[in-house]
Amino acid sequence: MLASFIGVLFDGFAFGMLLFLLSVGLSVTLGMMNFINLAHCSFAMLGGYVAVSLVNAGWPFLATLPVAFAAAAAVSVVLERVLYRRLYRSSDLDQCLLTIGIVFMSIAGAAWLFGTVQQPVQLPPALRGALQFGPVRFASYRLFLVGTGLALTVLLVAALEYTRFGAQVRAAVDKQRMARGLGIDVDAAFAITFALGSGLAGLGGALAIEIVGLDPAFALTNLIYVLIVVAVGGLGSIGGSFAAAALLGVSDVAGKYYLPALGSFFIYLVMVGLLMWRPAGLFGKRT
Amino acid sequence: MSELTSAAGEAAGAASGNRPPAPAGVPAGRAAALTAQGLRKHFGSLQVARDISFHLPVGARFALIGPNGAGKTTLINLLTGMLRPESGRIFLGRDDVTSVEPAVRVKRGLVRTFQINALFPDLAPLEAVALAVCERKGSAGAFWRPLPAYRDELEEAYALLQSVHLAEDCLRPTRELAYGQQRLLEMALALATRPRVLLLDEPAAGVPRDESSALFAAIAALPDDITVLFIEHDMSLVFRFASRIIVMVAGGILMEGSPAEIAGDAQVRELYLGKGGHV
Amino acid sequence: MRELTGAAAAAGPALAALDRRARWRPAELVFWAAALSPFVLFPAYLQLASQIAIAALFALSLDLILGYAGVVSLGHAAFFGIGAYCAGLLSKYAWGEPVSGLLVSALLAGLAGYAVSFVIAGFRHLALIMITLGLGLLLQEAANSASWLTGGADGLQGIDIRPVLGLFKFDLYGRTAYGYALAVLFLLFLLARRVIQSPFGLSLRGIRENAVRMPAIGAPTRRRIRKIFTMAAAMAGAAGALLAQTTSTVSLEALSFQRSADVLVILILGGAGRLYGGIVGALIYMVARDRFSGLNPQYWYFWIGLLLVLVVVLLPNGILGGLRRLSAWRLRPAS
Repeated sequence: MLASFIGVLFDGFAFGMLLFLLSVGLSVTLGMMNFINLAHCSFAMLGGYVAVSLVNAGWPFLATLPVAFAAAAAVSVVLERVLYRRLYRSSDLDQCLLTIGIVFMSIAGAAWLFGTVQQPVQLPPALRGALQFGPVRFASYRLFLVGTGLALTVLLVAALEYTRFGAQVRAAVDKQRMARGLGIDVDAAFAITFALGSGLAGLGGALAIEIVGLDPAFALTNLIYVLIVVAVGGLGSIGGSFAAAALLGVSDVAGKYYLPALGSFFIYLVMVGLLMWRPAGLFGKRT
Repeated sequence: MSELTSAAGEAAGAASGNRPPAPAGVPAGRAAALTAQGLRKHFGSLQVARDISFHLPVGARFALIGPNGAGKTTLINLLTGMLRPESGRIFLGRDDVTSVEPAVRVKRGLVRTFQINALFPDLAPLEAVALAVCERKGSAGAFWRPLPAYRDELEEAYALLQSVHLAEDCLRPTRELAYGQQRLLEMALALATRPRVLLLDEPAAGVPRDESSALFAAIAALPDDITVLFIEHDMSLVFRFASRIIVMVAGGILMEGSPAEIAGDAQVRELYLGKGGHV
Repeated sequence: MRELTGAAAAAGPALAALDRRARWRPAELVFWAAALSPFVLFPAYLQLASQIAIAALFALSLDLILGYAGVVSLGHAAFFGIGAYCAGLLSKYAWGEPVSGLLVSALLAGLAGYAVSFVIAGFRHLALIMITLGLGLLLQEAANSASWLTGGADGLQGIDIRPVLGLFKFDLYGRTAYGYALAVLFLLFLLARRVIQSPFGLSLRGIRENAVRMPAIGAPTRRRIRKIFTMAAAMAGAAGALLAQTTSTVSLEALSFQRSADVLVILILGGAGRLYGGIVGALIYMVARDRFSGLNPQYWYFWIGLLLVLVVVLLPNGILGGLRRLSAWRLRPAS
């Protein structure tokens, strides 16, 4: 009983780390520019398909991860330059519509290139299998996820707190007009942050294959979860994203394990309730 | 006319015995249009309102001056309810409106204009002012008859626009109007609500000299029973229209006095009248 | 206080101009007359025509909240679905007469909208989008789980629709279906037109144009939003009921996110806030979808996606907005 509970907690937390990787980029860029990028998970999907293609070409799985990151980041830079930049001042609706359009196109593109089947991925032997501690079984891949997630969190927080670039990002999230007035190149900071965030999403997409699978609908099915993490955690907050992702991951796994009949109902209910209580998210800036 | 209602109010209060007492600091027998008592507000470590207290007699013309960042617009936000004070009270006449919703304060006669135009870009001036009139008269919730059927409201809106010389362009979209005209529309919107107390936030801000004469004429033409508090940086305007001046610095009131007193005060002079004329 | 005759006379021309704006344009009359043409000119397409009418009604209901009040909802299909299931269940368990069934379904959808309006009225931007999305998804999950009521993934079974008003039987060619759907669309369109041209409609535009200014002129913003949201929900419910009654099927698709996204695309395509935008968008979208129905649905969504991107970047006010700009440009005096 306790063993399964710990197992659920661990699996949930691992899923939460995955969600964190997928969501943190969106949270920060939303907080900085208030640009609603619903195509964020398309970048994740791109990372996933890049990883799959490379693995099928003979690359070791771990080596594909940095490439997934870089590919997603590179494509995001192009998209930002060509399209997103024109809509920074536009209404929420226009931004939603543009990015939904991109999502649709990315799904169709993925279906055309790779077909609609689930893409399997070959994990290195070290990541298959599990570690056993007494009655509880910890899957190696999930341990890897937790480790990666925590490491990246520490890296991100350190970068934000201790580097000059991080200070600029924090200023731009906090008060964009004032940051510009102080001479901070907000547009450049945003472009870099956006690339980093999308790259992390790409990395998350590659890592997600083993947990949630990869098919063209990935860009939509996981978007909901990412939006929940961002909305609940608060825009522009890494800590908020971390907490919300962990909360969501555990709730989802626990919900599906203990109350399978309810499906995702519980998650949506929690989200709506939390948003009504705190519209700016748990850690978001209060306007 | 307001004197009559306030006197009647006092008589009624004395008779029925259940009217709230006049706010502290107001001389008994003379009704105050707007009273603030001990308003406090801070954002983080920044104190934007320090124990602000004042009262505006009915029909007064008060100017609120002070350097940038003194908290003048914040004060207006507190008075209108867009911000909630941490402590202190606000009285409109004898009514405590400290916890009253902003829209209800407007209905009771406490109205403001915005420093940066807050207009409806796609609506025509006639539509915008008619909307304000309909809101006041309670017909803005009606959805069955078309707007042209509400002739009284539309004629009142048109007359108002005529009085600020906007009648000619009353059907063009607001975004096509010149800045000075938009500023006039800002004023017309506020007047359409038939305010008792009018708070003007830098009415002449950004208006070039040649367009501002119409604006000043509108301010001068305001009826005597309306109480006006206006924020201004242009000292010529201040000395022309204000009967009393309140000086704010760093969230608090430095002093209050007649124009002559303020002009002659060494502290105020040192603060920012040193250059003389426009600041 | 005011020189009565003088002021009234001076306002005359302006008021007359406003009056003219509110009148029926010849083009509108032509349009509605043309709407009768499928009976004569395209009898083979009457089924499609009724689907267009239903989609147009649904899009019109979204326009009321989105185009006129500025409420962005990603879950509007919830009310469509409630109307559809209600009509289906009524015909299965109670009675099958369509018009009365439609009235009851619209009423129920309106009640649901009233309840939801209290939740959404105070939110804007991302929170509003997320909450409407979340509520739509909640309903979808609930409908899926309650398969004893909704039939789950198989759809509602045993729908039995009777003749309209007891007189007009639904025939195989779709004549009754289209006549019925068109009549409902027209009547509700007239209602929407009234609402939009009233002072209430003006206040909605005020909320859309500058939500901050509205309380500053004494407007009870939340109350207004609740009112139009309720109306729009009832209208969406009517559209859903029409679908159930004209096709005798109801499935989970009726309240899915897919449908919420589709109606958004339709409205934006035609142009929001322009009364006819939903109808124009529905016409184009449904005809195109019929043309390309042989296409793999995924590829269809590629073109829809591209269309969305192009519309947002090039035609921000949809097709009707683009036409308006085009005519204004052509009417400009040569300089």
